[in-house]
Amino acid sequence: MRTVAEFKIQYRQVLDPKGHIVAALPAFAQDSGEVLRMYRAMTMARTFDAKAMNLQRTGQLGTYASCLGHEATHIAVGAAMAAEDILAPVYREVGTQLWRGVTMREILTYWGGDERGNDFAIPRQDFPWCVPIATQTLHAAGAAMAFKIQKQPRVAVAYIGDGGTSEGAFAEALNLAGAAALPVIFVIVNNGWAISLPVAAQTKAQTLAQKAIAAGIPGVQVDGNDVFAVREVVAEALNAARRGLGPGVIEALTYRLSDHTTADDASRYRSQGEVRQAWELEPLLRLRAFLTNAGLWDAQQEESLRRSCAEQVEAEVTAYFTAAKPCSTDAMFEHLFAAMPAHLQEQRATARKYGTKSSGH
Amino acid sequence: MIEAIAMAHGWEMQHDAKVVVIGQDVGANGGVFRATAGLQERFGKERVQDTPLAEAMIAGMSVGMASHGLKPVAEIQFMGFLYPALDQIVNHMSRMRNRTRGRLSCPVVMRMPHGGGIHAPEHHSECTESMLCHIPGIRVVCPSSPARAYGLLLAAIRDPDPVMFLEPVRLYRAVRQEVSDDGQALPLDVCFVLREGSDVTIVTWGAMTIETLRAADELGSRGVSAEVIDLATLSPIDIETILESVAKTGRLVIVHEAARNLGVGAEIAARVAEHGLYDLQAPIQRVAGYDTVVPLFRLEHDYIPSSQRIIDAVQNTFAD
Repeated sequence: MRTVAEFKIQYRQVLDPKGHIVAALPAFAQDSGEVLRMYRAMTMARTFDAKAMNLQRTGQLGTYASCLGHEATHIAVGAAMAAEDILAPVYREVGTQLWRGVTMREILTYWGGDERGNDFAIPRQDFPWCVPIATQTLHAAGAAMAFKIQKQPRVAVAYIGDGGTSEGAFAEALNLAGAAALPVIFVIVNNGWAISLPVAAQTKAQTLAQKAIAAGIPGVQVDGNDVFAVREVVAEALNAARRGLGPGVIEALTYRLSDHTTADDASRYRSQGEVRQAWELEPLLRLRAFLTNAGLWDAQQEESLRRSCAEQVEAEVTAYFTAAKPCSTDAMFEHLFAAMPAHLQEQRATARKYGTKSSGH
Repeated sequence: MIEAIAMAHGWEMQHDAKVVVIGQDVGANGGVFRATAGLQERFGKERVQDTPLAEAMIAGMSVGMASHGLKPVAEIQFMGFLYPALDQIVNHMSRMRNRTRGRLSCPVVMRMPHGGGIHAPEHHSECTESMLCHIPGIRVVCPSSPARAYGLLLAAIRDPDPVMFLEPVRLYRAVRQEVSDDGQALPLDVCFVLREGSDVTIVTWGAMTIETLRAADELGSRGVSAEVIDLATLSPIDIETILESVAKTGRLVIVHEAARNLGVGAEIAARVAEHGLYDLQAPIQRVAGYDTVVPLFRLEHDYIPSSQRIIDAVQNTFAD
């Protein structure tokens, strides 16, 4: 017997949980302005997320999926991507979306039950949120195919959760991406839990990154709470894809510090101890330690940043509530087809007649 | 009809660089029914792509391609293999425009062989158009002749929204007809009156036009003048043409190969009952496939409605 193929999965970390540098610092991380920009964005994502949770708890927003604990991965992916690349998100990637120009108002509009929240002013070509699991990976692969055929040097980036890697669509997307050498990156956000199912019960595989191997795609695992490491591996994968070298898979190890969504109660299926431990590894803590050790940050600056984020979020929330246009019943009909067929015109008239007061038109 | 379909692909690919053909065996092999024959030689491997064997993938990548500047025309090898793709069609393709308020859209055509009658193996003779017609945001089209296949496929590719294009397998090689390759599209969302008549309206589509026209001939020789309407676009339905015809004839028979239960015929009957009941001189009749699994081929011609069943249904509308 002889070995016909061998594989290995590498793990990347730059910043350990205490904020110490454990590997060569990437060039972008040597630019203090850029590091501060990422730290501010991570803080902003967390501030917005807390506000959104609060709005849901007080009945002012629909079901919401918190991004608490995912900020490093979200900001790192956003920072590594080029504006002309496109994102296929799941439903939790607030940080990446804010970085790419989606506004808090748009995010609130969507989770407030109005499709207009998906009509991003910027970035116009990013896919909307994707609630069905793993289907977005195929859209990203298809978009990458379009870039390749149209000879555009752009890359599609699809997010997927650990739970989503069990879906057939993910395997099909990897297979297609590998077979056609597409410019697409799959970022697996392994936060430990698919609602109540831990990763160990989802798969016998040692890593999720190795799911790439069967498709002939390089897979790498990275500390998902380390914004430097995630940005570095994503940037490498994007560069390769942009140069025509094909797709990449990145498994970012992080932890879902929140419930799955506001409709979930994680205390039913996981221990307080596990969550307490995860808080010690969370991403803002270590980046703040790094900045403080480097003499770039102090308590006063932290206080000022938190206040400024809270003010910006409050302003956006106020604008969302005051500037929101009423939701017309026409909205159900007007974007199904480019031109409205007769039966929908008839039903639109019925909806106008019976529409509730709150809908207006 | 198969040549007309290949011809329509060729015309549109020649005139619109955004059109890309994808599917299993559509390239070097030219499609298992030869619907894409010769296209890869003409347009290359990027625009005529053999995909891996995964229907959900074909539909999902079509969503991505169409959202970013291309017009994919995807072949599903048989309608019985469409089901893995339904998640993508229902949850994404049909509603991308709606979800993004028109920011992104899916000009996709998904072509697939439809129906039985060619002694094919199990799962190769399905007519499950009702499932598709229930999905908002897509069109479902089924041509009944080479000329209509050519014109309707061009229209489907040019349409800015997703179109499911169902190709009756019995017609692929059954009918020979000269079709001029002039790039002229036919309108979507309208019926075609295949034969004018004054005593009874028979609405049908796809391969069932064969038995229906045969029945109409036979009825004519017995002094019954049947108007035959090819529905062509199964969703959304052009109900006006049907109502006008029923107003003239006072009788309606609906014929389809698909199973009767909640078939497209039920929708037509309901719409005529809602808007044309007082034009009717007799109860509406439906002639459809049975509510059974489509049998293996020894019984397939007993499953597909016969001309005699259609003639009898018409006769029923004249019974006292």
